[in-house]
Amino acid sequence: MQSQQTVGGADGPVGADAATPAVPATATQPTAGPAEAAIRLVAVTKAFPQATSPAVDRLSLEVGRGELTALVGPSGCGKSTTLKMINRLIEPTSGTIEVGGVEVRDQPRHELRRQIGYVIQQIGLFPHRTVADNIATVPRLLGWRKATIRARTAELAGQVGLDRDLLDRYPSALSGGQQQRVGVARALAADPPVLLMDEPYSAVDPIVRAHLQDDLARLQQELHKTIVLVTHDVDEAIKLGDRIALLNVGGHLEQFGTPAEVLRAPANEFVERFLGRERGLKRMALITVAEVPLGGGPMVQADAAPAEAEAAMAAEGVDWVGVLAGDELLGWADGADLAGAARVGDAPRTPFRAFVRPGTTIREALDNIVNSRTRVAVVLDDDDRYLGMLTVDHLAEALE
Amino acid sequence: MTPAVPGVLLAENGPDSFIWWAWVGDHLDEIWERTVQHVQLTVIALVVGFAVSTVLALIALRFRRTYTPITGFAGVLYAIPSLALFAFLVPITGLSLLTAEIGLVSYTLLILVRNMVAGIDGVPAAVREAADGMGYTPWRRFVAVDARLATPTIVAGVRIAAVTTVGLVTVTALIGQGGYGALINDGLSRSFNTPIVVGAALSILLAMAVDLLLVGAERLLTPWARAGRR
Amino acid sequence: MSVPAPLLAAGDSDPGLWSEFWSYLTTADNWTGDRGIAALLVAHVQISVVAVLLAAAVAIVPAVLLGHTRRGAFLAVSVVNIGRALPSFAIIALVLPVSLEWGLGLGFWPTCVALVLLAVPPMFTNAYTGVRDVDPGTVEAAVGMGMTPTRVVTRVEVPNASPLIITGVRVSAVQVVATATLGALVGFSCLGSLIVEGFAQQNDGKLLTGAFLVAVLSLVTEAFFSLVQRLATPWLRAPRRRARPARSDPPAVALDA
Repeated sequence: MQSQQTVGGADGPVGADAATPAVPATATQPTAGPAEAAIRLVAVTKAFPQATSPAVDRLSLEVGRGELTALVGPSGCGKSTTLKMINRLIEPTSGTIEVGGVEVRDQPRHELRRQIGYVIQQIGLFPHRTVADNIATVPRLLGWRKATIRARTAELAGQVGLDRDLLDRYPSALSGGQQQRVGVARALAADPPVLLMDEPYSAVDPIVRAHLQDDLARLQQELHKTIVLVTHDVDEAIKLGDRIALLNVGGHLEQFGTPAEVLRAPANEFVERFLGRERGLKRMALITVAEVPLGGGPMVQADAAPAEAEAAMAAEGVDWVGVLAGDELLGWADGADLAGAARVGDAPRTPFRAFVRPGTTIREALDNIVNSRTRVAVVLDDDDRYLGMLTVDHLAEALE
Repeated sequence: MTPAVPGVLLAENGPDSFIWWAWVGDHLDEIWERTVQHVQLTVIALVVGFAVSTVLALIALRFRRTYTPITGFAGVLYAIPSLALFAFLVPITGLSLLTAEIGLVSYTLLILVRNMVAGIDGVPAAVREAADGMGYTPWRRFVAVDARLATPTIVAGVRIAAVTTVGLVTVTALIGQGGYGALINDGLSRSFNTPIVVGAALSILLAMAVDLLLVGAERLLTPWARAGRR
Repeated sequence: MSVPAPLLAAGDSDPGLWSEFWSYLTTADNWTGDRGIAALLVAHVQISVVAVLLAAAVAIVPAVLLGHTRRGAFLAVSVVNIGRALPSFAIIALVLPVSLEWGLGLGFWPTCVALVLLAVPPMFTNAYTGVRDVDPGTVEAAVGMGMTPTRVVTRVEVPNASPLIITGVRVSAVQVVATATLGALVGFSCLGSLIVEGFAQQNDGKLLTGAFLVAVLSLVTEAFFSLVQRLATPWLRAPRRRARPARSDPPAVALDA
């Protein structure tokens, strides 16, 4: 169903190559990007008449196929202008832009745009058309058959999480979040390989925004579109972007790389300032516990002698000991209570109250550590088997 | 007869011309008299219309359900052609000033009531809340805040009503009232161009002058709309 | 059949007035013949339809195109102001000297031209404003999805502006019907002729019949276009999620006076 409108050869078999995390690029130079570019900007300049300096100045950028690239920067940095030059809503003054290997100026504007999904902040639903008719806009422009369009509309409603009852309503009857979902469905209707999103979530309230962001991330896992997302919200860029392009006023690319790279090594003061004060914490939100070398912790088996526990405590420099039965974590015992016990298991124990899983971000793990009386985060696998322990030191190490 | 432009007309001016300047020169007194009449008819209609509309708008604002019937009734009055409305009234109130003013006032109601209500409705809720929060009594707030902020919309309505009324006053000549319509009517009954042209031209000029005057009044009444605009 | 209140009140004090009206209206002879009510009604409707169609042809296309480019605000404002300042009676009256001067004769066409002149400004302004004020986000989305400029105009801008476009036509049409009445003064036979002759002959029955029919025709015109507007814009009637001002609703600040 979706394959009938494969366009421009840019819609390769999704999945295999795109799902594999791209080779971590040394991507602080503008042109260094993923190997296979779906969109390529070369020395693109846009100078508006009457403006003293160009809005975008010799910008070169490669957007990887199947990746979500976030253009982020302060207002006036030319991020929206850049986006709109890709679908030629704005024509560049100089430079070249290729989408799927084809120079955008080599095709009629309206035909180019029908191959590129477009989502904007104001959503721009047609108030005089029902939700279903809104979604069907581009398929109709492309002359699809009615039955095909109807099936596609229903499919999209499911994909973006839209109640099918809403399809026959007019946009004015929908909430802001629902309208934005329709906007995304409409952009995806003809299954374009490329999706451009211009501040899609800045007009909705934070809770709805978080939902919509999660939806997009989920959708992208399924569809692997080449997405360019413009946002002024650096957290949104970090959360959604496979890569982030940080733009400064005048369309200067300050840094281009994965969120982790950018957070770990900001290229300059501008980037550092733009990332904000909690850069370390933001980075921690991108790293999972699985990526951190765990410590064994002061652990002993329940049937061990107290002396063994004393040794473990001394080794770790703590006054408590974790008690295991095989792989199962029983709890922890205070060093002072061990004296009278024959075995460690006989001493009074307190259960660990908080655990983290390998998939947990280390930011959450840190929260656990701070809140636990023992100043550690206990890591269990999905079958509740003990994997190890995290301390602040481990986290600091992982961030280096 | 050749198509003429005003310049040519001047050259061979006479009773059959588009406008016969000698007649105009001889009748300046009458033209002035008609001007005064026209302005009087207009001003009376606007003052009475504004007063009646204010009452109706206050009723509509206080009792929301009355808005639709009030504007519906005013809308029907507005849709009835002026000549027909006068024709209805003449058998009752005669060929009188009262008949003329009833008609003229009727036509101002729809525009004025609608703009008054829209203007008050357009006051931002936050401003109202702030005023309430600072301790305005409801009536005081209405006068000092709501009505003031609604001024541009209300004046816009007054402008439309004023210009419309200036035009309609000409029709009252058909029921024996004056104004420029009397000049036009005189010309029509004698197939004499000059008074028609003079009456029509002056009523257009008067409409524009009144509009300009009200634009000036609006600027004076709403200094905040000018300040700091870029 | 509803009769305006003043008439009923008058009927109480002067029973003759009501019966004069009724007997004139219901006398079959008054309806037939060259100058009968039926012929006058047809002529009145005819000239109104022709004038409205001509004015629409002249006004709406340029207004839509100008609105599409979002330029020409000054022109639009000027048209409104000039349109408002034109007193209909004066314009109709000018038919006489102009026709005499240019030797056009009297009757249908001179009156029609005057009516077109009066009908153009409301249509032009409403269509222009309607198209210009279509939500820019909606237009950007349409362009961004690959609609050609023609499609953007015909499928997005005009439908969204249609409430205002139709309002303009409605206002113009009502004004044309009203002003055509005055055509009777410059030699065009229509329902207005009943009023003018009623005055002249002091025939209250004829006068009231003319007034009544003209009023009914105006109200029918108004109602007709309101209905057209309702039918043409189903999305404005659909239930709304939030009470926010709908951009496409005709503005309360009347463009239509």
